[in-house]
Amino acid sequence: MTRHLLSIEDLDRAGIERILDRAASFAEVSGREIKQVPALRGRTVVNLFYEASTRTSSSFELAAKRLSATTVSIRSSGSSVDKGESLKDTVQTLTAYDPAAIVIRSPNVGAAALVARWSRAAVINAGDGKHEHPTQALLDVYTLRERIGALDGKRIWIVGDVLHSRVARSNVLAFRALGAEVTVCGPPTLIPRDIEAALGCAVTYTLDDLAEADVVYALRMQRERMSEAFVPSLREYAARYQINSARLQPGQVLMHPGPVNRGLELSPDVIDGPQATITAQVEAGVIVRMAVLYELLAAPASGPDGADGVAATEPEPAEAPA
Amino acid sequence: MNPLTRAPAPPADVLIAGAHVLDPRAGIDAPHDVLVRDGAIAELGAPGSLSAPEGGETVDGAGRHLFCAFVDPHVHLRTPGQEHKEDIATGTASAAAGGYCGVVGMPNTAPVVDSAPIVRSLRDAATRDARIPVGFMAAITRGLEGTQLTEMAELSDAGALGFTDDGRPLVSAGMLRRALQYQRLSGGVIALHEEDPTLSGDGAMHEGEVSALLGIGGIPSVSESTMIARDAALAGYEDARIHVQHLSAAESVSAVAAAKAQGVRISAEASPHHLTLTHLALRERLDTRLKMNPPLRAETDRLALIEGLRDGTIDCIATDHAPHARSEKEVPFEEAPMGTTGLETAFAALHTELVQPGVLPLALVVERLSDGAALLGLPTPRIEAGAPADLCLVDLEAAWQVGEEPYASRSENCCFAGRTLHGRVLLTVAAGSIAHRDRSLQPVAA
Repeated sequence: MTRHLLSIEDLDRAGIERILDRAASFAEVSGREIKQVPALRGRTVVNLFYEASTRTSSSFELAAKRLSATTVSIRSSGSSVDKGESLKDTVQTLTAYDPAAIVIRSPNVGAAALVARWSRAAVINAGDGKHEHPTQALLDVYTLRERIGALDGKRIWIVGDVLHSRVARSNVLAFRALGAEVTVCGPPTLIPRDIEAALGCAVTYTLDDLAEADVVYALRMQRERMSEAFVPSLREYAARYQINSARLQPGQVLMHPGPVNRGLELSPDVIDGPQATITAQVEAGVIVRMAVLYELLAAPASGPDGADGVAATEPEPAEAPA
Repeated sequence: MNPLTRAPAPPADVLIAGAHVLDPRAGIDAPHDVLVRDGAIAELGAPGSLSAPEGGETVDGAGRHLFCAFVDPHVHLRTPGQEHKEDIATGTASAAAGGYCGVVGMPNTAPVVDSAPIVRSLRDAATRDARIPVGFMAAITRGLEGTQLTEMAELSDAGALGFTDDGRPLVSAGMLRRALQYQRLSGGVIALHEEDPTLSGDGAMHEGEVSALLGIGGIPSVSESTMIARDAALAGYEDARIHVQHLSAAESVSAVAAAKAQGVRISAEASPHHLTLTHLALRERLDTRLKMNPPLRAETDRLALIEGLRDGTIDCIATDHAPHARSEKEVPFEEAPMGTTGLETAFAALHTELVQPGVLPLALVVERLSDGAALLGLPTPRIEAGAPADLCLVDLEAAWQVGEEPYASRSENCCFAGRTLHGRVLLTVAAGSIAHRDRSLQPVAA
């Protein structure tokens, strides 16, 4: 595995599968009463969040703590970030604490890559602007693999505001890396020009052929897209693109990165229905992020045969930490 | 009034011996001795036929090329108000190092060059600080705000070479029409930064597959070409003279060609970076030095610019030298200011990427690097007896890595940083004085 996780492009299929296998081994830890292993004891993980985030920041913090790391969480509110300190200065300050890893969420594309250039720590991209959100994609493929098995040849539709979605970009790359065929669907104003060439996905503007999908991945629709005139109204958006029980076919899996706008991109009945994996995705968030931290910080470098280090490097036996 | 000013400098007395002299406009393309006496070209002779002027030096030109020095109609010298990026002394030193004998500064400074006293103070400053002759454009609208014309006639009288709101488009067609009408009184070319902000929005790079991959807002090609078409129509209607700055898109080349075919008095420039780089460079590394406006576009656009340069649709090469401080560029890509430096790398980049692979002839590149002068009504450098010495001596084969040695510019935001380029300017003579001498150049005893 690479030293950082900045983009799904940093991982090949074997790299993704190694993280998923690692996550599966941590699932057992999460089922225990004492959900902690000593893998990262004595090491520091800094969570640097320049954007509001509930599930990503909390799951990274939990993941680091369950690996016994010391965590420091910094949010833009109330830190020197608000006093005009540059990203570079902030990173150099934090680097003085010699963290093993820096997890960064930023409204700016490429911020994680900059942190990687400016720091000795392993850097994990927890969302950089509209670019990527690789751990979201990993937890999504983990969830999906648990639900339907291998993704080879599966047809996955990603529906909604693709233009503004880092989740869409990372997920297209991850789904394709695991052999799925991806179609993105949304209003023409919210599909980036040339995305077919960029990501290797198909594009459609209607849900007419949704029945062909094995998996329907709905994106969150930001309410401000209407005031920005990307769509004429949220009513029309919902009429054309909402995933509801009339459109969702039996046997299709429904995914959503959360938080859901009930009644907008998803109808309430499908949110709470058995086809939805929304809760499973949240649960997967912690163990997949544990796996990413473990692979970056604790796993021995894989041998020349690459992917087969998994069995030999199981997480340490489950002892309650002192 | 001399349109360009510079600090006093001693006139050169130098023999450039045996260099391959290339001045396509004069039809010279062969080795010659060129004798410069008292700042003027005194004589051209067969190699070995001339001797050094009394008290002067001889520069060995064997194996090297001697061109007319270059003229850049579009640079940002950042004075007044942004001297932490560049000033007249460092900007003209950078130009001299790139082989230039004349540059024209843009008015988007702080304050904006929108009144006669500011133009006069800049010209005064140039007589103290400028290494090579420098001229200044003034703004079309006060404060570049696009709502009120500057006192164009008075600005012209004060020495402004022309008018531009460069850095910002003139959004209002009605305001541009007024400026084009008023040009009949003020004279001076009106140079236009063509961009429809309702199309470019908050874009930070070319709209295409790389922006789609990176999730960065795109600046579509048509944000430039639609404005060119609009403004060419206005210029045709008013029979005004316009110059289109920094062409970047294939559609823009077509728009300029169409306007020229209809007889519109329009000229256009393209930059070395748009002629040699594409948005794929940002795929390799999201480097803020590669962020400029207009952005690096697709390969089809780059090829269209090259064709435009070849067939004359594009009249000249301009660097849009846009220095920024390191701290301003060391931020996430979307937050970084637009602009790359370009004066010190212009020739070498074009030579390496276009001439050496056989895409464009050396003569054409050299000519276009000084064709900007005539567009602004400035004298075009020429290599002939009696002309002022505006020369640059270049070693075409010399390889150098951009950024390895310090830049003459105060800023280091060069889009070619790290690349190995072929072609090194060894000596620049500007308006009769030696303005730059490469440290490798050892004068031969006279």
